Amino acid sequence: MSIHLSLTATAALITASVALPAMARDQINIVGSSTVFPFSTAVAERFGKTTDFPTPVVESTGSGGGLKLFCAGDGLNTPDITNASRRIKASEVALCAENGVKEIVEAKIGFDGIVLANSVEAEQMDLTRRDIFLALAKNVPDGEGKTMPNPYKLWSEVNPDLPAVKIEVLGPPPTSGTRDAFAELALEGGCKTFDWIKALKKQDKAAYKALCHTIREDGAYIEAGENDNLIVQKLQANKDAVGVFGYSFLEENSDVVQGSIVGGVAPEFEEIASGNYPIARSLYFYVKKSHVGQVPGMMEYLREFTDEDTWGDDGYLVDKGLIPLTEGERAKGAADILALQPLAM
Amino acid sequence: MIDLSNKAGFDLAARNRAEWRFRLYGILAIAVSLLFLLTMVGNITSTASGALKRTEIAIEVDLGADNLDPDDLRAAPWGGIVKQGLRDMFPGITKRKDKKLLYKLASPEASFELEKIVTENPGLVGGVHKIWVSASDDLDLFIRGKVDPDLPEQKRRVTDDEITWIKSLENSGNIRRVINWQFLTNGDSREPEVAGILGALVGSAWSLGVCFILSFPIGIGAALYLEEFAPKNRLSDLIEVNINNLAAVPSIVFGLLGLAMFLGVMGLPRSSPLVGGMVLALMTLPTMIIAARAALKAVPPSFKEGALALGATPVQAVFHHVFPVAMPGMLTGAIIGMAQALGETAPLLMIGMVAFIVDIPTSIVQPATALPVQIFLWADAPERAFSEKTAAAIIVLLFFLIAMNLIAILLRRKLETRF
Repeated sequence: MSIHLSLTATAALITASVALPAMARDQINIVGSSTVFPFSTAVAERFGKTTDFPTPVVESTGSGGGLKLFCAGDGLNTPDITNASRRIKASEVALCAENGVKEIVEAKIGFDGIVLANSVEAEQMDLTRRDIFLALAKNVPDGEGKTMPNPYKLWSEVNPDLPAVKIEVLGPPPTSGTRDAFAELALEGGCKTFDWIKALKKQDKAAYKALCHTIREDGAYIEAGENDNLIVQKLQANKDAVGVFGYSFLEENSDVVQGSIVGGVAPEFEEIASGNYPIARSLYFYVKKSHVGQVPGMMEYLREFTDEDTWGDDGYLVDKGLIPLTEGERAKGAADILALQPLAM
Repeated sequence: MIDLSNKAGFDLAARNRAEWRFRLYGILAIAVSLLFLLTMVGNITSTASGALKRTEIAIEVDLGADNLDPDDLRAAPWGGIVKQGLRDMFPGITKRKDKKLLYKLASPEASFELEKIVTENPGLVGGVHKIWVSASDDLDLFIRGKVDPDLPEQKRRVTDDEITWIKSLENSGNIRRVINWQFLTNGDSREPEVAGILGALVGSAWSLGVCFILSFPIGIGAALYLEEFAPKNRLSDLIEVNINNLAAVPSIVFGLLGLAMFLGVMGLPRSSPLVGGMVLALMTLPTMIIAARAALKAVPPSFKEGALALGATPVQAVFHHVFPVAMPGMLTGAIIGMAQALGETAPLLMIGMVAFIVDIPTSIVQPATALPVQIFLWADAPERAFSEKTAAAIIVLLFFLIAMNLIAILLRRKLETRF
């Protein structure tokens, strides 16, 4: 090989990359939640195939990571849309505004249930949120208005009706939005069933949150990484273990794992859609209004997403595990989104 | 008294036993590592075998004038035509819910496949034809016996009705299994039955190309100067220690650097193989410099001294006599460095290459993923059929790694001169 040739190529590449201006993009850039990722990618693929626009690029960065990128600035080198498995926080709206992202369009797309599941070979669990809190919180009430480090080793110690099986829960790590939602909906939901803790919320919000949201670290709760398939596999191997993951993974693996009943309600499609299942959250995406018109295809993407064939009761997102909004919510949502109604907190 | 004259026989049996024991340990160590390797490769291959073939179903489609306008094929209701074809095969189905289930026999991708077939063969327009399209992933799993029909109906992904339909389709010869070439020619997709590896392969190739063009000349230049020309002092020692250190830095750190420098300061396009290649080049540079220096060191000093004695300048002596001899060693080092870069995911995460990208990249500034990233993404997908795709992608990656390492060995064999 001629050394001169390769040196020339190197020099050319370096010059090119330094001289390359921030180019106009022709494809939509989407970042955000790994929970919304399967839905967002399905829409992106369909959009790319049915229109003349290039397929949007979808990155899975987590809800918080996505909003951070989204709010980093208003230029075209920032994402156009970010997915979130929780609502945007006031602090994030402020960060956005500070960096020049003034108008954000919010789109609520559906629900996701968080399930506790175990192997079909084991008995189906019938839990309350209080059971979940007592089994998994770092500190639990000692019965005298104080807290003690969680002493429970068996489910039957938490609630005599539960089997005498070791508490062993495989769940997502703290970086995950699913973990946040699980702590908020399941643990806190059980936590505030104690009257004195509920009273604590008014006096000392930080202490209340620390007590209700902190998961034990003594080995009963095992952080199994972000890969829910791995949790399902581990549940098959260990029939005493319970896993925490999104509803779509339960639906895909209903022959090997079963969802536990929570608060008397089984994690089923209709129950989550109607809001009866207690550990369910809403899924969102946020659109940078200033990029509509600058990046080609933004309006068409929003139209594809809000189409009845996409997010409706019989839409293809339902096949991917999304639990749709009610018909009324969808109609109003679609109108607001397509009118690019800016978010008002 | 010990007989010192016969030392060779002293404790001979014990020494022989020690010898034999040591060899046994060696063989055991190799056997254990081979066992691990076989388990891993065997497991992956057996999982991947499911992705070798795919299932297609034949649908009678009516391409008559009622359904489509021959002058505007793009606007034809392809999805509707596929659904109509499925309905016609099972005329007894009238309930809306059952119809929905029926439509799920074909992949959601079927309408696009039909559109492609008709666009390529305009002669089909106007008649009724039997067209083979991809079956859904659930049907595929059922055909391969991955769904247990003895389970209660709500515990499995395929209902009793669907099983009846699949059986009847099978009996009438409307289901076939074909070699899954699509896996090598398609880009990524959310439908496991049509997802392919080509996008990731091309992305990896672009990134590695950029990585090689940047890191090979720079690495070799640095090694040549450090080894042959640089004065040996504190500063050059410091540089050497730093290069050795950099070779052991976790790759995610280079990703963070890339995020700050290439994306932040230079404003290069996110998710592009250009940035990916640059980050990988940063990562492979230390490895390459170390390997190139070792190759230069292995050239006997007499080569350079002889040239200098005959009046060559130091640059001439190095470039005409040392460099060509060291080249095979340098190339081997470069290829091993590149193989390492091929398997890297962590730095790509920071610069947006861990993304769902359908379109095949046609230049280094278009968004792309890479092979290991594709494996990572598929391993995380909820659809069960993706586990086979994951294994198949791992095999493709392993194949490339073997090919690269093989080239390294062949180059060394062919070009190396022994002294």
